[in-house]
Amino acid sequence: MKHRTWSHASFLVLTAALAACAGGDQSADEILIGEYGSLTGTTATFGISTKNGIEMATEAINAAGGLLGKQVRIIVEDDQGRPEEAQTVVSKLINSDRVVALLGEVASSNSLAAAPVAQQNRIPMISPSSTNPAVTEVGDFIFRVCFIDPFQGFVMAKFAANTLQFTNVAILRDIKSDYSVGLADVFIQNFTTLGGTIASDESYSGGDTDFSAQLTALKATNPQAIFVPGYYTEVGLIARQAKALGIQAPLLGGDGWDSPDLIEIGGEALEGSYFSNHYSVDDPSPAIQKFVTDYRAKYGETPDALAGLGYDAAMVLFDAIKRAGTTEPQALRDAIAATRNFAGVTGTTTLDEHRNAVKPAVVLQIKDAKLAYVETITP
Amino acid sequence: MKRWLLWLGVLLVLAGLEASLRGLIGPYAYQITVLVGVNIILAVSLNLINGFTGQFSIGHAGFYAVGAYTSAALVKFGGPAIRGLVGFLPAIGQDAVLLLAGLAAAAIVAGIAGLAVGIPSLRLRGDYLAIVTLGFGEIIRVVILNVDSIGGARGFSGIEQLSNFFWVYFFVLVTIVVIHNIVHSSYGRAFVSIRDDEIAAEAMGVDTTRFKVLSFVISSMFAGIAGGLFGHFTMYLHPNSFTFVASFNVIIMIVIGGLGSIEGAVVGATVFTVALELLRKLGPFRLVSFAVLLVLIMIYRPQGLLGSWTLFKGRRKAAPKAMVV
Amino acid sequence: METFLQQLVNGISQGSAYALIALGYTMVYGVLRLINFAHSDVYMFGAFMGYYIANSTLGLALGPSIPGAILVMVGSMALCACLGILIERFAYRPGRSPSPFTLSFWFGILGAGFGQLLGGTLVSVALGALAGAVLGFVLEKVGLKPKPQSSHLKLLIIAIGVSFFLENGGQQVFGADPKFFPQIIPNRSIDVGGVSLDTQKLTVLGVALLLMILLNVVVHYTKTGKAMRAVSFNLDTAKLMGINTDRIIAFTFALGSALAGAGGILVTLMYPRIDPLMGIMPGLKAFVAAVLGGIGNITGAMIGGLIIGLAEVMAVGYGQSTYRDAIAFVILVLILLLKPTGIMGKGMVEKV
Repeated sequence: MKHRTWSHASFLVLTAALAACAGGDQSADEILIGEYGSLTGTTATFGISTKNGIEMATEAINAAGGLLGKQVRIIVEDDQGRPEEAQTVVSKLINSDRVVALLGEVASSNSLAAAPVAQQNRIPMISPSSTNPAVTEVGDFIFRVCFIDPFQGFVMAKFAANTLQFTNVAILRDIKSDYSVGLADVFIQNFTTLGGTIASDESYSGGDTDFSAQLTALKATNPQAIFVPGYYTEVGLIARQAKALGIQAPLLGGDGWDSPDLIEIGGEALEGSYFSNHYSVDDPSPAIQKFVTDYRAKYGETPDALAGLGYDAAMVLFDAIKRAGTTEPQALRDAIAATRNFAGVTGTTTLDEHRNAVKPAVVLQIKDAKLAYVETITP
Repeated sequence: MKRWLLWLGVLLVLAGLEASLRGLIGPYAYQITVLVGVNIILAVSLNLINGFTGQFSIGHAGFYAVGAYTSAALVKFGGPAIRGLVGFLPAIGQDAVLLLAGLAAAAIVAGIAGLAVGIPSLRLRGDYLAIVTLGFGEIIRVVILNVDSIGGARGFSGIEQLSNFFWVYFFVLVTIVVIHNIVHSSYGRAFVSIRDDEIAAEAMGVDTTRFKVLSFVISSMFAGIAGGLFGHFTMYLHPNSFTFVASFNVIIMIVIGGLGSIEGAVVGATVFTVALELLRKLGPFRLVSFAVLLVLIMIYRPQGLLGSWTLFKGRRKAAPKAMVV
Repeated sequence: METFLQQLVNGISQGSAYALIALGYTMVYGVLRLINFAHSDVYMFGAFMGYYIANSTLGLALGPSIPGAILVMVGSMALCACLGILIERFAYRPGRSPSPFTLSFWFGILGAGFGQLLGGTLVSVALGALAGAVLGFVLEKVGLKPKPQSSHLKLLIIAIGVSFFLENGGQQVFGADPKFFPQIIPNRSIDVGGVSLDTQKLTVLGVALLLMILLNVVVHYTKTGKAMRAVSFNLDTAKLMGINTDRIIAFTFALGSALAGAGGILVTLMYPRIDPLMGIMPGLKAFVAAVLGGIGNITGAMIGGLIIGLAEVMAVGYGQSTYRDAIAFVILVLILLLKPTGIMGKGMVEKV
């Protein structure tokens, strides 16, 4: 009996202590904004980049005196990259922390799980990088500042068919990622319309490390290029293994490639490959250079596309709060919807009537371990 | 007659709570309450296999997924037709019919999946059975990833929101009553006899294979119902919600509550869900602390939080005695 | 034909990676009858330790060379063995034998977490850890003792808990974003009649085979091995026969964890990306491989690993690559239906 009493008591004390620690406090001179993303889990690296970008934007706005005379505070919740967690934390952010707007998520699946909650509560949500068209279709409070799948898939299909004059391309997609599957589907559709053929269509699962079986199968079909619309975490390894197997065809990809780590891991194997992106870190425009320099100074690494998109999502929101002159949700929503020609680091963003960002894409080539600008493709 | 009155009272209480709860505790707490209910159904149903029959399944998330997707697909693709059939009912009645149809389909398909997993369990024991159930769960997840019409990797979106506190807790009660009655009926004690001593049970004339498969089928049906309720509450489904970690979570619930007790499963599911929400304040250390707490509970209180405590003391004690005879 | 041979090579190299991890799984299971879910996280830990050693001053000075590779390998195996002993001592042993300071250990970790959360400095972490350890010690003194533990299921939950702990702790300590493992031995691709072989893959296969033989020797031809088999056969009888069972079990864990460390280094040589969750999927498949081969059987683990690796690669090469993650389990179900105790497993006698 004695044991039981003690163990009961100690667990109660412990749980209470854990729960009591670090409670949320709210003051009237702050604007609270909720951010949800994967800070842990298999997609954590994307969530962390986004968080860094949002953090930089917040510091910049607070240093400039904040918004409406108040300081901005971001409340970050980790959803571990799981849809059901995303939904719960968004409900918490809205109902318990009383945020005025939401930023997130990277993965469309998590945005899709959380967006209905934001819509039901009529709290505006801006996704930095969810590319599935269905996300903003959830309702009129849901926005995004990135490309949608149909556009990026179209960009690379057009580039492969028209600029590179390829007629035979293979696909290697990440079956676990909605982003990758979406881009691959749209690419196939556009590329075949433009007269090309798909040599073969293989897949892997995000987090895999061995791609030799798929690549060996691809190699047998002799493609002119391989479209790999995945994330840099896998693309570097894929490039290496492709070269080791003697595949000479260049790889093509989307903005998921954009990271300094890509070239670090892929190295020489990536030479001559192309991907579509929002901007190029070598772009001489002062806004981009300032962002890249500041980011390097703060986090010790070159920003990837997700950091840039996080920064822009936050900036679009801040700009809208300024224009609305209030954080009242309906007015804020209308102000976000009225965003036109907003100059961010990932290009000039205009939100269309479907609440999607309309902005041009650039195609970059990896040359001498650097990214070289090739061309701009407009919607 | 009396029983009907009792159920009617319960329904009225649930309906009253459904009408007032969201306003009383706020939408966030409401959502957590509903998820607690879904987890209770999962935990109580898994307890039939792991706690009462003494088999070892770590693939519950698979049946949960089958139910969730079946119900969502039926309502999405068959919804208009069903609504047309019952067009004479008011909207709330149509919703109820639609949800019940979805849940019935979920239970049937998940039950068939349970049968498919239960049959290999005839030849397998212990850890071998465990890994096969885990395997089935993963196979189901990979298959869902590959079916385009239910969204595949993009997830299944645009599911009608039909379930709520009322329906979830109604099925919590149904699950508890059904599993309780099964386990405590003379027929159902066969399950417990397999756990306590399979060979002796066989010698006493218990058809052990039949009861083992039956435990899988019944348990899977309820997991399927839990899935249907979950999908129609969250309005979005994605295979990432149904990995083997989700199966582990259900096992953790029944073990921290107290294995082989319905009250334990209820408490375990509640503590598990609520504790993880409370620990959110710890930010990055939330899951680390949770893992340490889990290890400590298992070391210092392996019988679970409830241990041998039970709501129905007299009846529960009678069961083991009867088995000895 | 060329393609087929290349796929064969791919399959064998993938399979030998699984086999390497499976060896450790099967070792621990063979002795303790415990599915040590934390094994795949020790594998992750090994890769990270290798990463830090290779990037340390000494590691960088040696560069990609044989002494450098040996330093990384041995260092990481030793650290993994220590981790294995810690896990055994503070997670699995309480409840089996008296284990003082268990509460101090875990509360110390929680305290360190609090210290980090509240202060964020090294001092606050140290103070938190100290406070936690003292609190744990006091609680233990006033009578909070582990409960005797016999149930497999509960040991399994502890294993899952330790695994969660290592995965989430790893994300806090190492960072959740992936890191890239340096080339510690030079790699060369050799082209044999259109089939590309590379030296790293050959090394992995060679080391896996070598370790399999070594382990068989240890288990079957040494005194410690005999004691391990005795513990495996019956823990209580072994104790009565004068075997220090705690020491044998600790040794088993150390050995199994060192194997995981070796696996972590060798596999990341082939696939040089590491992150705190990298162990989960390979670990699961390696476990399937161990069960397939007949869990507890060392040669079986090797065979199981190769079968899973080959099956996956062939399924991708000649079937649907989208079903890759399900292949291992489909094979598992099929083989266990034919032979319920795995390929090399012995049927256990049922005791009445």
